[in-house]
Amino acid sequence: MLKMENISKIYRTDVVQTHALRDFSLDVKEGEFVAVMGPSGSGKSTFLNIAGLLESFDGGSYTLDGEDVSHLNDDDRSRIRNERIGFIFQGFNLIPDLNVSDNVDVPLRYRGFKAAERARRVQAALETVGLASRMKHVPAQLSGGQQQRVAIARALAGEPRILLADEPTGNLDSLMARQVLDLIEGINESGTTIVMVTHDPELAKRAHRSVHVLDGQVMDLKAVPDTGKRETKGVQA
Amino acid sequence: MFVYNLRLALLSMRRNPVLTLLMVSAIAIGIGMSTTCLAIFHVMSGNPIAYKNDQLYAVQLDNWDPAEAYTGPHDMPTQVTYLDATALMKAAKAPHQNVAFVSGLTLQSDNPAIKPYLIVARVTYNDFFPMFDTPFEYGGPWGNDADQGAQQVTVLSEETNEKLFGGANSVGKEVTLDNRRFRVVGVLKKWNPTPKFYDLENGALDDGEDLYIPFSLTQPMELHSFGNNSCWKDTSDHTFQGYLNSECVWLQFWAELPTAAARDDYQQFLNDYVKEQKKAGRFPRPAKTYLSNVDEWLKTNKVVPDEVRVLVALSFMFLAVCMLNTIGLILAKFLRRSGEIGLRRALGASRMALFRQYLVETGVIGLGGGLLGIGVGWIGLFGLRHMLSSDAGRAAHLDWTMVGVGLLLAVVASMLAGIYPAWRVVRIPPALYLKIQ
Repeated sequence: MLKMENISKIYRTDVVQTHALRDFSLDVKEGEFVAVMGPSGSGKSTFLNIAGLLESFDGGSYTLDGEDVSHLNDDDRSRIRNERIGFIFQGFNLIPDLNVSDNVDVPLRYRGFKAAERARRVQAALETVGLASRMKHVPAQLSGGQQQRVAIARALAGEPRILLADEPTGNLDSLMARQVLDLIEGINESGTTIVMVTHDPELAKRAHRSVHVLDGQVMDLKAVPDTGKRETKGVQA
Repeated sequence: MFVYNLRLALLSMRRNPVLTLLMVSAIAIGIGMSTTCLAIFHVMSGNPIAYKNDQLYAVQLDNWDPAEAYTGPHDMPTQVTYLDATALMKAAKAPHQNVAFVSGLTLQSDNPAIKPYLIVARVTYNDFFPMFDTPFEYGGPWGNDADQGAQQVTVLSEETNEKLFGGANSVGKEVTLDNRRFRVVGVLKKWNPTPKFYDLENGALDDGEDLYIPFSLTQPMELHSFGNNSCWKDTSDHTFQGYLNSECVWLQFWAELPTAAARDDYQQFLNDYVKEQKKAGRFPRPAKTYLSNVDEWLKTNKVVPDEVRVLVALSFMFLAVCMLNTIGLILAKFLRRSGEIGLRRALGASRMALFRQYLVETGVIGLGGGLLGIGVGWIGLFGLRHMLSSDAGRAAHLDWTMVGVGLLLAVVASMLAGIYPAWRVVRIPPALYLKIQ
């Protein structure tokens, strides 16, 4: 589903070059739930930005859903983000002026769906996250956990092939975090590939496997023991 | 998507009301200034009878001082003498032609409640009305017999008929002008062509005349011109007849020539006429005649002075300064929403989709500024009409054309001002926006 080989990313200023990723390789199979861990500044976010086609890279190759996305133009990257990738951010990133329904509707607008199809998808996504009754609420009227569920609904509405989550429970208390993680697990069980960046080893345990990043490189792989709750899928770096 | 973008624009404007108000105000001031100046220009530069532009011709004959050319269009007088006017009318070489001047008469109503007052009369031939397409509310022009027989008949303007007869059909009724009884034969609908192309000598932007009477009354009533008289040759005869026989120019002469061939024929006729007059000792300067269509007549008479053109240019420069300020404000507004921009990009919005969204927003801001600017312009013109004595100031007003131009200008200028900020914000990598979210 997601295959990076020897990806390098360098941030340049007039006086200094920073190697954010170097020889970064990762292979995520379809239907996998992978946790990406590492300390601050290790390159996790850069990896996630590149994986989500939000940033370009300087070397290596990247294949997403069977398509080489290394040299796509901006319009094609936007199209792939819209059609195949869902994002969940730590800070929820809901648009404060828009109500819940309109927030979930945002990616569907850019997909060019008709109004009836958009409405159907918004309804279905909000039912999945249990917020169908809050359609007309604005984000400020919701708790943090509810806002993150709206963000998840927004990511799901486009029926993405892969979900990229950046510290999805970072701003939530433990109860809310558990609910959100249960939701993410459920999404994965329905077949969506998930890559989650997190600092929290306890969260990482919920993934099929975790990948450790240090100084812009994948350090090792650690298969998560099968708890019996979920089926652990084939894993390789 | 346009309606969606429109809705986002309104939400965005509501989100930052102070910034929105600043932008709208900056645009409004610029638009207000430019629409004020444009309105003046529009009034002065219009051709109210453009559809007959190539049929109506102002006649110029150079009977001027051999020692010094006349200062005017084509170095020729813009009016003609009584001698030439009557001779050209008598020749009747054009399908329609008229000579006219403005005079002042004391009007006495049969209604004792209306005190006698001075009116401005246009003294002319009955062809004046069909040539210039004057609209009639009641009756019509006087007949040829009135032109030939100096009959005391009149056509009233709408305003005069309203004042004297309360707007009722007054055809057949009488008014007293300079102690003579005149029978009303027609009443015009509101007619006030601006500029007053048929008489640019006497206030191109002035209101129309109060009433119209036959030219043949000039001699029996010894009607003097209330307009511009220009003379170059002393005359020992100071009687009215001496004035009529003089080389003074004070009459406007127009010919209606429906085809280019008719125009050429008439030009030849004028040239021949001047040659004949030279033989009689008149027209001491080299023979010269000119026919100007309405557009050319308005242009060569400089109805729009250079000062007004400069004023319009300055107002547009001021608008440009306002729009430069607006660019900064728009950029600040857009950059404040960089998180949303990054988010929309992450969710699949292309650069072009966001560019369109932000251009729509600047267009809506421009529309708001335009509406407010029209108000500012209206106040500006109101002030001009009441504070300035210039013709332009009095005549300038905001018609629907100017309102449309003002709004269009505001929207287009705002969208142009929004191009750079929109282009800039959509080009920054979305990951950067998401980091600062």
